[in-house]
Amino acid sequence: MLELEDIQHFLISRPPALTARYEFLTFRRPPGGRAWLKGVLDKVGTANKVGSNQLDSRWVTVAFTWNGLQALGLDERSLTSFPEEFRQGMAARADILGTTGANHPKHWVGNVASPDLHAIVILFARNVAERDRCTREHQKYLSELAGVEVLSSLDLEAIPPFDYAHEHFGYRDRLSQPAIEGTGDQPTPGAGPPIKAGEFFLGYLDESGEQPPLPQPEVLSRNGSYLAYIRLEEHVGTFRDFLRQHGDTPQQQELIAAKLMGRWRSGAPLVLAPQNDDPALGADLQRTNDFNYGTMDPYGYACPMGSHIRRMNPRDTVENMQRRKMIRRGGTYGPALPENAPDDGVERGIAAFVGCASLVRQFEFAMNVWANDPHFKDLGNDRDPFVGTQDGTFDMTIPKRPIRKKITGLPAFTTVRGGAYFLLPGIRALKYLATLANGS
Amino acid sequence: MATRPLPQEQKGERKKPHILDRPRTNDWAQPQAMAIPKTGYFRREEGRYGPTYPKTPACYGFSVVGKVKAGAEQAMRDYGKKIEDAVKSDPFILAPLQLHYLRWILFDIGSGLHFMYQGIFDTDFDKYIEDAIVLFNQSGITTVFTNLEGWPEDWRTNVPAVAKFFREHQCPSFLEYGEYPFVSAGEVKKALRVKQALSDMLDQMQ
Repeated sequence: MLELEDIQHFLISRPPALTARYEFLTFRRPPGGRAWLKGVLDKVGTANKVGSNQLDSRWVTVAFTWNGLQALGLDERSLTSFPEEFRQGMAARADILGTTGANHPKHWVGNVASPDLHAIVILFARNVAERDRCTREHQKYLSELAGVEVLSSLDLEAIPPFDYAHEHFGYRDRLSQPAIEGTGDQPTPGAGPPIKAGEFFLGYLDESGEQPPLPQPEVLSRNGSYLAYIRLEEHVGTFRDFLRQHGDTPQQQELIAAKLMGRWRSGAPLVLAPQNDDPALGADLQRTNDFNYGTMDPYGYACPMGSHIRRMNPRDTVENMQRRKMIRRGGTYGPALPENAPDDGVERGIAAFVGCASLVRQFEFAMNVWANDPHFKDLGNDRDPFVGTQDGTFDMTIPKRPIRKKITGLPAFTTVRGGAYFLLPGIRALKYLATLANGS
Repeated sequence: MATRPLPQEQKGERKKPHILDRPRTNDWAQPQAMAIPKTGYFRREEGRYGPTYPKTPACYGFSVVGKVKAGAEQAMRDYGKKIEDAVKSDPFILAPLQLHYLRWILFDIGSGLHFMYQGIFDTDFDKYIEDAIVLFNQSGITTVFTNLEGWPEDWRTNVPAVAKFFREHQCPSFLEYGEYPFVSAGEVKKALRVKQALSDMLDQMQ
């Protein structure tokens, strides 16, 4: 059984928040960091509480970088027991992730590539007023402490229309959520069987049938997860120009948008709606994932091999899919760009977290092999159109009878503007960290 | 401090991992040879578990050499029959590894019995290792590597340790050649299916 009272709520439940704020912290002195943690402990939401109280209006999550664990005073033996990729941090893994060129960590904003990044506090709030109230409260708390500073922060808000979750390009979001064994959640049709908890939380059996070794001491790692944070700027003007360039009519433009994603912007999957959009299908979670590729679309005539959803979740067409699943959280930042408005140069995008038990086997694999391998599924010169590293030299191949369509020189629709790896500890682990002595 | 410095951005150079400067990767008709530096790679590029080895005209591959534990020769040889039977009963059991060929070789070079495992495949080194561990865990077949000195005891759960073993025992090629360079096994099979389909079509025209 999952110890829900010891697991932070973040990867288990999605609270009804329309706004969020991420604050990136640095601990100038270990006692300051520990004092800060002690003071926020009782505000951190646990998996067994969040969701049960509909009156809540804010939800708090706390996570640490490897440098942050060191800055809190964790001893060397414990620090070295963490996996290599977490110790190095996301910025040092840029080559593996493909964050090169304009995406390179030297261009990242908010000091998140700095070794001074030690912690993140994630606030989800029901509305802007509540977010601002919590922000003021946190600022006041920090001003009373010595040695803890905010390196940077990011405010997030849902963008209109507010009746469904979507990002700035207009694609419906939050369509798939892995069902975790032991939570009681049932997978939606087509999503595959529930996934062993050890794929997301440390200290449980994973899909190998084994329990991987834990970083030490166990109290620090059990019920924890790793988070990969990415701030992805979306170039909405470039995207809309691209659609206009490759589609003469609004219908053709929608089809091109759908081919890039693998779903219509309504969320309807191309495998089930290959010719025309079906918004009702897109909104129906009982139907919108109920498809496979192997028998329903083996050649990609509906959903191209190189489309985003087919790369990020190839379903029945790859081995060991259950070992590659991840949980995504996050939201949009920046103002929506009105339809038909020229690009205003304002940064807007997605700031998201990927939660998993192994950054190298799950997150880095997806970025390195599925998003960025030009030879994925024998394509040859394609990368993921949204999260692959694009520099205008790659293609988008769209299978079509009798002859496939190849769009050459795909522009970069996105740019990585920040990223970091965090440990999302369990509640007992937070208490353990808060009471550390220096170098213990 | 992080244990590894930020990678340096290489200005003006298109990032295309694993591919050499000017390989004619789409020219299957022209055989190509590639001489490889002693390190096994031309420019150090980080893979998930260590430096990546380039794709060559002979695709991805490795040649892993390890010393056999004393008295384990027969167990090694018996393993050959075990794999033969496993593939007979499920011809696609090794499909996750995206292989062209595998070779298992035992030889004595005067300092004891050694084993060489040579593979040519279409997936990168790290993914091969991850998939191989899952495959062996799922199929119930243990790996022949348990008969080698230095093989990690916790190999079923410790992918980084297995990746480290493979890297430490890898003997990189200094030359690789492809008669039909860079062509994947999938493409070869696709071409043979087209040939078969054409042959069937011609039969129907008689």
